[in-house]
Amino acid sequence: MSNQAMFRIWRGDSSGGALQDYKTPVDEGMVVLDAIHRIQAEQAPDLAVRWNCKAGKCGSCSAEINGMPRLMCMTRLNQLNLDMPVIVEPMHAFPLIRDLVTDVSWNFEVKKTIKPFKPRSPDAADGTWRMQQEDVDRVQEFRKCIECFLCQDVCHVLREHHKHDEFIGPRYFVYAAALEMHPLDVEDRVKDLKDKHNLGYCNITTCCRQVCPESITITENAIIPLKERVVDQFFDPLKRFFRIL
Amino acid sequence: MPEYQTHPYDVLIIGAGGAGLRAAVEAAASGVKVGVVCKSLLGKAHTVMAEGGVAAALGNVDDRDNWKVHFSDTMRGGQYLNNWRMAELHAQEAPARVRELEAWGALFDRTTDGKILQRNFGGHRYPRLAHVGDRTGLEMIRTLQDHGIHSGMDVHMECTVLSLVMDSGRVAGAFGYDREKGHFILWPAKAVVLATGGIGRAFKVTSNSWEYTGDGHSLAYRAGAELLDMEFVQFHPTGMVWPMSVRGILVTEGVRGEGGVLRNSEGKRFMFDDIPDLYKAQTADSEEEGWRYTQGDKNARRPPELLTRDHVARCINREVKAGRGSPHGGVFLDIAWIKQHIPKAADHIKRKLPSMYHQFKQLADIDITAVPMEVGPTTHYMMGGVRVDGDTQMSTVPGLFAAGEVAAGLHGANRLGGNSLSDLLVFGKRAGEFAAKFANENPAGAIDDAQIQDTAKTALEPFDRGPAGENPYQIQYELQDNMQELVGIVRLESEMQLALEVVAGLKKRAVRAGIAGHRQYNNGWHTAMDLENLLTISEAITRAALMRKESRGAQFRDDYPEKSADWAKHNIIVRKGDTGEMVVEKRPTTPVRDDLQQIIGEFK
Repeated sequence: MSNQAMFRIWRGDSSGGALQDYKTPVDEGMVVLDAIHRIQAEQAPDLAVRWNCKAGKCGSCSAEINGMPRLMCMTRLNQLNLDMPVIVEPMHAFPLIRDLVTDVSWNFEVKKTIKPFKPRSPDAADGTWRMQQEDVDRVQEFRKCIECFLCQDVCHVLREHHKHDEFIGPRYFVYAAALEMHPLDVEDRVKDLKDKHNLGYCNITTCCRQVCPESITITENAIIPLKERVVDQFFDPLKRFFRIL
Repeated sequence: MPEYQTHPYDVLIIGAGGAGLRAAVEAAASGVKVGVVCKSLLGKAHTVMAEGGVAAALGNVDDRDNWKVHFSDTMRGGQYLNNWRMAELHAQEAPARVRELEAWGALFDRTTDGKILQRNFGGHRYPRLAHVGDRTGLEMIRTLQDHGIHSGMDVHMECTVLSLVMDSGRVAGAFGYDREKGHFILWPAKAVVLATGGIGRAFKVTSNSWEYTGDGHSLAYRAGAELLDMEFVQFHPTGMVWPMSVRGILVTEGVRGEGGVLRNSEGKRFMFDDIPDLYKAQTADSEEEGWRYTQGDKNARRPPELLTRDHVARCINREVKAGRGSPHGGVFLDIAWIKQHIPKAADHIKRKLPSMYHQFKQLADIDITAVPMEVGPTTHYMMGGVRVDGDTQMSTVPGLFAAGEVAAGLHGANRLGGNSLSDLLVFGKRAGEFAAKFANENPAGAIDDAQIQDTAKTALEPFDRGPAGENPYQIQYELQDNMQELVGIVRLESEMQLALEVVAGLKKRAVRAGIAGHRQYNNGWHTAMDLENLLTISEAITRAALMRKESRGAQFRDDYPEKSADWAKHNIIVRKGDTGEMVVEKRPTTPVRDDLQQIIGEFK
């Protein structure tokens, strides 16, 4: 595979910009982030890119590659058609800082609005708890999340409708689900999910689940069970009847 | 005159990996005002990469385990150069620190009776590593992050510290810049905790990301603090070797803990050929006994694949050099073979080692449940660092603390796997506690504007030189090649002398680095500013490695292949001399306290 490939990379900042072409040699096994680094080292030293672990574990290098939200470090060039330019753009759902780097600080603020973990009293005299692996499995799936925010990027409520002030997005429904389904947690976040975080805006198109690099079953395992809890707590006719009584 | 913003704190923590966050949580809990500065976004520090687990003598899987065994394992692994007080505190306090994480929401894998599950790891006598599959570090950093954001600390994300601000010998704050805008920031602080991690980027093949340029080591050195044991750089035996672009990415020791074996191109388990005397009594005689050990047989001894990292890395190196390596210059690590013993082995492997399965599948098109991996040594961890007081974690500079990888002492000449995650919890907490105490007992230091202006001016110089200056990336690459080739796993006097000359040449070029563009999120500029730190620690590593004329732990000298009885009782100190030159000193170790010496004897 050792030959040249064309990369069409977004260059610019919040005031504007354009896609620019860079031709660079590519070798066997390279990922998109390698090509970006090569271009940065040889042709465009001030090209802005955010990355860390380069192993799909930290979720820093999120971008849109040929229009698909992906981690640059986990996208191998042999999965792409190199006869065409590879288009690399920043995530669209967040404000642009520069080139491939976006301002994702909103996500960190959103997390603070979700009630933190609150455990039940310890099970044993030494202050420890007992949990079975099968009770932990379900939550461990959610805790695989690397906070790459690709699910937030692809969610139309954020991407198209810009409801960042009213809606917390799939990442934080997964976070809330991890807390709600934690075997030790005793906090109740269901009312917040309904009224404050507007879980109802999600119409389960599963876009978020499809782009998750950790293959977390976001829609089916996190969001739908949370929606069921909301229905159970607030819209169950039988419970409503008893409440009236 | 460059402008800057000012954000004052009682305690400033530099770094937001496990040690930094644990320190921040502790300091904030004591009521002082805490700021955290981190080079990346919150939750992205290298702690997320830790895979295998956190070592703590909980005794959940084998009730023979206790702090004394953990202490003596740590000392043996470190070849007795460890700061024994730190090894003692670490072994005693790690269980409480792990249980505390559970109270903050961490979900470790479970035993059948519902307790925290523990796994085997190299150099640990009993199954000791609490873990979550092979993503333990992610679980830990997320737990600390999610707990920390509700504890009142301010976090300055994507900010880099360029210098510590000093007031007549004590620390008075830190000065740096934010990546987003390229603006300068002053953080005045009564106490500063360094939690900046390691130095991996000084080497070409490394498991470390761009951040690990020895910032804390270099900041402390320039502020006058003593560095300790800088020659001891851990090369993890198993990094990926193919494809080239992923060379160095870590393959967890957990693979071997779960029964994975190392073979050469002849299919031989070469680790049985070379078992050090110190470990003979604890190592399996046969492949069959080794397998039983990994499956929890308390009467079996561990397979030689689970010997300490320094030893395994050297054995792999030897096989490759002898022409018995794998096609891409490593050896084979095989976990697929366990299907001979376990029904539904593929599912078992995917459950026990999910990230490894994922990593090889996605990056190398290899299914580890079916075929062996190719692995080779990768620069992984720095045992050396800022010399600290074992109890308080304060360096030799008043008000300057260090915790986690940037601090030295706990691991001696070689760190045991799993002892890093416990290190950062135990000593992160202590650093936070004593930094807060220091801040409560001392007034703020005076801020000297001249120091700040000096740092800012130097930082902006690459723009003055522009693209005509030296390319900072090229200087970094050349340094990495130099350290990899000349100061790597196998060291030699003449090669290291050459390395020093190369570093001196690169220093001259680094001050001529130039960069195009402007200050906003300019990776080239950041790379140029990291060079001074990288060059400083590279020199320190090389000078210390030259002085230690013996082979011990992570340091292997081809010209001095044996251990020396004299060096067994000496550490090496690196500090900045009065005229700015690097001073390297041989210093006697403190004799081990009698009761601890007795414990070491008891668990030999």
